[in-house]
Amino acid sequence: MEWNESMTYEYNEAVDGPLMEHDRAKVVAQLLKHVPGLTILHEMEDLRPFECDGLSAYRTTPLLVALPDTVEQVEGLLRYAHAEGVPVVVRGAGTGLSGGALPLKKGILLVMARFNRILQIDSEGGTARVEPGVRNLAISQAAAKYNLYYAPDPSSQIACSIGGNVAENAGGVHCLKYGLTVHNILRLEILTIEGERVTLGSDALDAPGFDLLALFTGSEGMLGIVTEVTVKLLTKPQSTRVLMASFGDVERAAAAVSEIIGAGIIPGGLEMMDNLAIRAAEDFIHAGYPVDAAAILLCEVDGAESDVREDCERVEALLRAAGSTDVRLAHDEAERQRFWAGRKNAFPAVGRISPDYYCMDGTIPRRELPRVLVGIERLSAEYGLRVANVFHAGDGNLHPLILFDANAGETERAEALGGAILELCVKVGGSITGEHGVGREKINQMCAQFNSDELTLFHSLKAAFDPKGLLNPGKNIPTLHRCAEFGSMHVHHGALPFPELERF
Amino acid sequence: MPSRLNPMDDSDRFIDEVARAIASHTPINVRGGDTKSFLARCTMDEAITLDTRSHNGIVHYEPNELVMTARAGTSMSELSNVLDAAGQMLPCEPPEFAGRATLGGVVASGLSGPRRPWSGSVRDFVLGCRLITGEAKHLRFGGEVMKNVAGYDMSRLTAGSFGCLGVITEVSIKVLPKPRARRSVVLELAASEAMAELLRWRRRALPMTGACYVDGRLHVRLEGGEGSVQSALDHIGGDALDMSFWAALRERKLPFFNDPRTLWRISLPNATPLMPLPGDVALDWGGAQRWVKTWTPSAEIRGIAAMAGGHATRYTPLDTSEQQHADTPFAPLPEPLMRLHRELKKRLDPHGVFNPGRLYADI
Repeated sequence: MEWNESMTYEYNEAVDGPLMEHDRAKVVAQLLKHVPGLTILHEMEDLRPFECDGLSAYRTTPLLVALPDTVEQVEGLLRYAHAEGVPVVVRGAGTGLSGGALPLKKGILLVMARFNRILQIDSEGGTARVEPGVRNLAISQAAAKYNLYYAPDPSSQIACSIGGNVAENAGGVHCLKYGLTVHNILRLEILTIEGERVTLGSDALDAPGFDLLALFTGSEGMLGIVTEVTVKLLTKPQSTRVLMASFGDVERAAAAVSEIIGAGIIPGGLEMMDNLAIRAAEDFIHAGYPVDAAAILLCEVDGAESDVREDCERVEALLRAAGSTDVRLAHDEAERQRFWAGRKNAFPAVGRISPDYYCMDGTIPRRELPRVLVGIERLSAEYGLRVANVFHAGDGNLHPLILFDANAGETERAEALGGAILELCVKVGGSITGEHGVGREKINQMCAQFNSDELTLFHSLKAAFDPKGLLNPGKNIPTLHRCAEFGSMHVHHGALPFPELERF
Repeated sequence: MPSRLNPMDDSDRFIDEVARAIASHTPINVRGGDTKSFLARCTMDEAITLDTRSHNGIVHYEPNELVMTARAGTSMSELSNVLDAAGQMLPCEPPEFAGRATLGGVVASGLSGPRRPWSGSVRDFVLGCRLITGEAKHLRFGGEVMKNVAGYDMSRLTAGSFGCLGVITEVSIKVLPKPRARRSVVLELAASEAMAELLRWRRRALPMTGACYVDGRLHVRLEGGEGSVQSALDHIGGDALDMSFWAALRERKLPFFNDPRTLWRISLPNATPLMPLPGDVALDWGGAQRWVKTWTPSAEIRGIAAMAGGHATRYTPLDTSEQQHADTPFAPLPEPLMRLHRELKKRLDPHGVFNPGRLYADI
């Protein structure tokens, strides 16, 4: 894929749609008048820290940053924005990896970080009612005294906010067994762009009407603003054990994943790392990883004491039968934590062996794992960039980390390689994003995932909530115009645009 | 209609039907096995019926992938047999209506069975779907992968939409291995004691997957590994209960349901205390779903449910179509939420052809 100069990440009115021009000083003055007590940042040096989210390669200075303290202030801000036609980009902790909270030059950046209170924990009902700025891990910490926890655990869980988790439908390493954010929330309080309060879902296990809670989860700040979240809490498992298996080749490791699941075992976590990732992690964390292995699998089993014992024995036998050269059971909690520390720090570990890295997030049907791994290896050679592979193998979610050097001008090649990997995922029946979201980063790949009729339906759906298109414009769903310009690598339902080219 | 049709793709005909309905402004009554017509605000005399059962068959199923993709008209009896043979199940346990229910109908109605509080709902297991839209386009959303956050979650939105947003033609649904061990027990105790015990067992993380209090008895299902199920049995005590109880509960075939009074389903927050309800009550879902047999008027039942933070659905149809028009089985929505429903319906079904009025007057 040729790098095209106009493929930059910045909002492009020619293809993303026109935005109204607003005078910064005027908007600030009017907002202060309409929304009493609202904290607004508008000096250049104050705006800098908000230029990007977790995808720091993409930076735009917002028109202004608003830091409301109350729902009334958010309501007032939205009413103003709606009346005046000012776009609003909402941001939680800013840890997102797809540029979903990338500001707009002509838009307000609405930062929900001050909504950081846990409002209520109902230990009998197993729920917590929290404000959207509460950190993911803080919920489990607060629930720990009741022996409860909140299951989804994205790797950014120390920092990421629950509101952002809802916007992205965040996952983590325990999704196969415990589900995504959508499976672990009961109720949302939201504000529409008109500033109207609406409750989605309920405190009960279901709610009348359409399942707008499911629709809203993962909608990337395009449909409304979350002001309160009720999450489900689970009782902590009695026992948790982790096995680490080494493999001499990646295909065998991939096949072992299917063997385990085929045997009727649903591990709490089933993770895979390839040699480059293993070495980087070992060098950084000293987790005791086998640096000569082509791949390792980490298989965590949790539940009742006796079930975990049964499952560990079965998993160990399956791993050996699948060709594992060495299987180790973490013999205590410290060793279990160490095994996980290597995996959980795989991204920063890779960051130490390369000036820059680019984290991808494709999903594929599990059966395609061996084929896709071979494909990634070939693409890596073709583009001349190393790729370290870290996967949530149990649910087919790949995180290939592309190693590159921005100072050596490799950024564009890395992005092109990333795009090629995602298109491979789509081709085998997978998705361009498993848990990081589309945001701004994968806006062009959406043209490969969906055809124009499907995208049109998404735009209709958006219009039901936000007819003026003021919430997070330019993210998540590309315009048809954008796809016509940049979505040339259109693979849909197995039909390739350039069938004469050899692929795999 | 034969009991089992040959697998076939009839979607092209469906697309034509929808296009014709749009052109002639005729509503379509989308139905599968017609097993849930009791859950409808009104039936449309002038509507064309689109019977999805001619579009049926399993499209893709590899047990190791934990996903089954099947056409909407596939009967639940066929799906259950195939899953059973592979040692797997649809954990949300939807009612099958003697196997006549179809996969499309199961998803469109979103009704889940006794395992729901522990396993998740029908919606929780939907991974992808194909849908004929209000513009007669046949589109695909989601897929067969466990994690997928590309675009809006249209496939989960179809769950529980009662066919009002489009014709579901195909569904990919997550399936799971059956538990290695399963046992049921029944205990004689007062309802208040039953609720207290259930809370204690939940705190101990006992492997419960069913908890129903009816006719003065608490029925409990335990599923998991041999060891955990056995130790939970030792802890709980009680007498062995035949597993068929859970199917009878799921299908509402227990003696409790055989009663001429109106049946209400009240969905409540977990751990809602026992409360007086005007009629006979069966507690399911560990108390989060309460079935009530009563002559008490709708408004009163809905008021009680709402006061407790839940909502009520009427499972017995009203006698006349005037009554049905006036009082939907489903709980009324607050206006801001209703407005979003109207907007969504208007955008996704602009010609108003899909099951208009089945859920609510303007939907």
